[in-house]
Amino acid sequence: MAFLFYMLSAIMIISALFVVFSKNPVDSVIYLIICFIGMAGQYILLNAQFLAVVHVIVYTGAIMVLFLFVIMLLNLNKEIIVRKSKVTRISAVITGGIFFLVMVAATRQVIEIHPRYPFSGTVGLVSEVGKTLFHEFLLPFEISSVLFISAMIGAVMFGKKDEVKNFKS
Amino acid sequence: MVGTIPNINLAYLVPAFPLMGFLITGLAGKRLKHNQGGIIASAMIFFSFIISVVLFYLLRSSGQDSATITLFNWIAVGNMNIPFAFLIDHLSLTMMLVVTGVGSLIHVYSIGYMHDDERVNSFFAQMNLFTFSMLLLVMGANYLVLFIGWEGVGLCSYLLIGFWFKNPAFNYAARKAFIMNRIGDLGFILGIILLFFTFKSVSFSEIFAQASLMHAGGPIITLITLLLLVGAVGKSAQIPLYTWLPDAMAGPTPVSALIHAATMVTAGIYMIARSSILYNLAPITLNVITAIGLTTAIVAAIIGLRQNDIKKVLAYSTVSQLGYMFLALGLGAYSSAVFHLTTHAFFKALLFLGAGSIIHAMGGEQDIRKMGGLRKKMPITYFTFLAATLAISGIPPFSGFFSKDMILSKAFEHNVILYFLALGGALLTCFYMFRLFYLVFFGEQRLAGAHPHESPKVMTIPLIILGVLSVFGGFLNIPSLFGGNLSFSNFLQSAVSSKVSEEISSTTEIELIILSLVLLILVIGIAYRTYVRKANLPARDGEPMSIWSRIVVNKFYIDKTYMILVEKPYSSFSNFLFNKVETKVLNPIVDGIGEATSRIGILTRKLQRGNMSFYFFAMVAGILLFIVFILTI
Amino acid sequence: MKDISSAIQLIPLEHYILLSVALFSIGLMGVLFRRNTIIILMCIELMFNSVNLLVTAFAAYHSDPSGQVFVFFIMIVAAAEVAVGLSILVMMKRNVDSVDINLLNRLKW
Repeated sequence: MAFLFYMLSAIMIISALFVVFSKNPVDSVIYLIICFIGMAGQYILLNAQFLAVVHVIVYTGAIMVLFLFVIMLLNLNKEIIVRKSKVTRISAVITGGIFFLVMVAATRQVIEIHPRYPFSGTVGLVSEVGKTLFHEFLLPFEISSVLFISAMIGAVMFGKKDEVKNFKS
Repeated sequence: MVGTIPNINLAYLVPAFPLMGFLITGLAGKRLKHNQGGIIASAMIFFSFIISVVLFYLLRSSGQDSATITLFNWIAVGNMNIPFAFLIDHLSLTMMLVVTGVGSLIHVYSIGYMHDDERVNSFFAQMNLFTFSMLLLVMGANYLVLFIGWEGVGLCSYLLIGFWFKNPAFNYAARKAFIMNRIGDLGFILGIILLFFTFKSVSFSEIFAQASLMHAGGPIITLITLLLLVGAVGKSAQIPLYTWLPDAMAGPTPVSALIHAATMVTAGIYMIARSSILYNLAPITLNVITAIGLTTAIVAAIIGLRQNDIKKVLAYSTVSQLGYMFLALGLGAYSSAVFHLTTHAFFKALLFLGAGSIIHAMGGEQDIRKMGGLRKKMPITYFTFLAATLAISGIPPFSGFFSKDMILSKAFEHNVILYFLALGGALLTCFYMFRLFYLVFFGEQRLAGAHPHESPKVMTIPLIILGVLSVFGGFLNIPSLFGGNLSFSNFLQSAVSSKVSEEISSTTEIELIILSLVLLILVIGIAYRTYVRKANLPARDGEPMSIWSRIVVNKFYIDKTYMILVEKPYSSFSNFLFNKVETKVLNPIVDGIGEATSRIGILTRKLQRGNMSFYFFAMVAGILLFIVFILTI
Repeated sequence: MKDISSAIQLIPLEHYILLSVALFSIGLMGVLFRRNTIIILMCIELMFNSVNLLVTAFAAYHSDPSGQVFVFFIMIVAAAEVAVGLSILVMMKRNVDSVDINLLNRLKW
């Protein structure tokens, strides 16, 4: 089973790199979807079935479709013509690399963690997560709906043309 | 000593009423009608007076000597624990009664006197604040609360002396009073700090309990008492810090009455009487106090001989009388000093209010050379003024006689020379007071065009009440010679520890009284001959004078000496600081800092270029540096 | 089911950390690398998900469902963020007729 993990990891990293480097935005979206499906596989390996399902539905199903819609709507599905300057691009790669190295160096100082309890196969199941969510985190869960409402209102306000202004003036 | 007395918590109300009056008249002053402020303020002080009387009877009926009332725990830092507490004992009750009693009469009088002033409401607000501070001063149960009142009194005196601030000379006088007081306050606060370091407390009861176990004449106790004395000298206008008081006449006349009679100048006397246990331990300080008091009494009386401004004469007489109180304090006769303070409060308030009435009648004229013949025009003022003059001169049976005679007999007991010097001062007092009296009320009216008239009732009624008090106030403390039992001194016995017995052998005393009485009558006769029979007028300004009188008219050149010794070096030093240090050193530094800041701003502004991707880079670099920083720790 | 969940015991936690850090660094690089705002938004999503993965791994190693609930909340926030971010993008396109991040160069006032 360890083999599965490393294969998925390789697929994810390669597709993530393609997200960054592909010229067409639509290609980027497709590669990101591949990356996210790999991530859903990782969730299943971690025995987090609920998260895996939610991840597929929310990210690959909703958010990425939203991205695609926007790209089509704004007519962005063209190959890029202008890139950032060469210096900027090189420094971006170097910065990313340095960040990776620094974080790896940071993990060296972390005390090694072994699985503390014998694994119970039920931890990631819908029923377990649901119990935790509605017992311990009920209030944040309810409040997150307020966040959604405000995000929705904000999106609508941004997306609207300045009609109100025209009416008034 | 400690015990609960029912309803003693009423004491909160005593300072609370004037504070309330201050807040009402001060904050809502613009909305009040013209005279409402005065009525509210007077009523507040009068309520305080009533409550003080109630407290007096409560304390008396409880049979206890004192009561401490803690309002709240004010400062609690480390081992320092200072409650905001009031001490009600016989001394503070006496002072409260004097402050609120005389104060309320002065307030009522002010309603009439300040009637035409446009800022009358803020005047009453400041008067109430003044009374409030004074009550805090006399009621405080530790030196720190006393100090708040002390400073509040200084501040209010500044405000009230400079009440007519449009006149620069008045402003100058207010500032002078404030600065002179400040010099004294410095000594006072140093004394409090030293007290705290010595006794680890500032509360009266704890300090006195510890001090009563100490030996007399220790260097620390002498230093403490001397420092406290500096404060008292500043506040009670003794040599060398007395010059502010005559200039304080710039304020409205009721303010002078309040400062001189009921509040402010009595603070120093009260403080020393309160600290009597400490002072008894420091014989050197007592000698210093005696010397200061006697010198002040005589010097101020001599200056008073040649003053022509009615209020200035009274001011110097106040300084002189305070000198007598200091003399009594220095002799260890604290209750005599407080007794003289009380009677002085009555007759000096009366004199000032009478002077105010005269000034009111003369249309603002204060020069006694231009007055005269007011006896017929203003009968009530005349009679009350006469009572006060007799009282201050020490003619029996007026109140001043008892208190002054007590001090003189103490001086006689101590030293005969001291007695004769003090008696000389008393004779001078008698002379200048009768000079003033004859010039104002007898002879012909010398100011053309003035139509003097008696003041309204709101002003004369306080005069009459004070007149009665001036006449009979002395009966509070009748010595055994006249069949009394010194009830006032005995009343104070529990609060102040007098060093000397308040009694004196009656045969000596009767001789002394007869001697002083004969001399006094002689002096009055001389004054009558000079100013009524011969109708001699004091020299006009600019007339040639002998050297002696020139020195006296110029107040011994003390103001000028201060000018040369203190003010000139100080201002040249300030000029040096301004011209050399400030413009040459400090300004370049400050300007340089500003210049450098704006240069750096011009440089760093280029970082703020508005480009998003640059900001991304900056952010990532910052995060990286942050992580590296954490890792390297 | 049992086989899958036993995989965790074979893989050390460090490898999950490495994978997350790698994905995060790639996302970061992408943000710095590209001019196209929509790609930048996608890279931000990638970074979100790498963090999610890490949190889930830790939660699994602790057998603690609250870590998974946390991931759930992060998803909620990410969804809201995408909605707002895309609408800003639409507005940007409407106003300056481009999605080039270099055109947003007035952020200094």
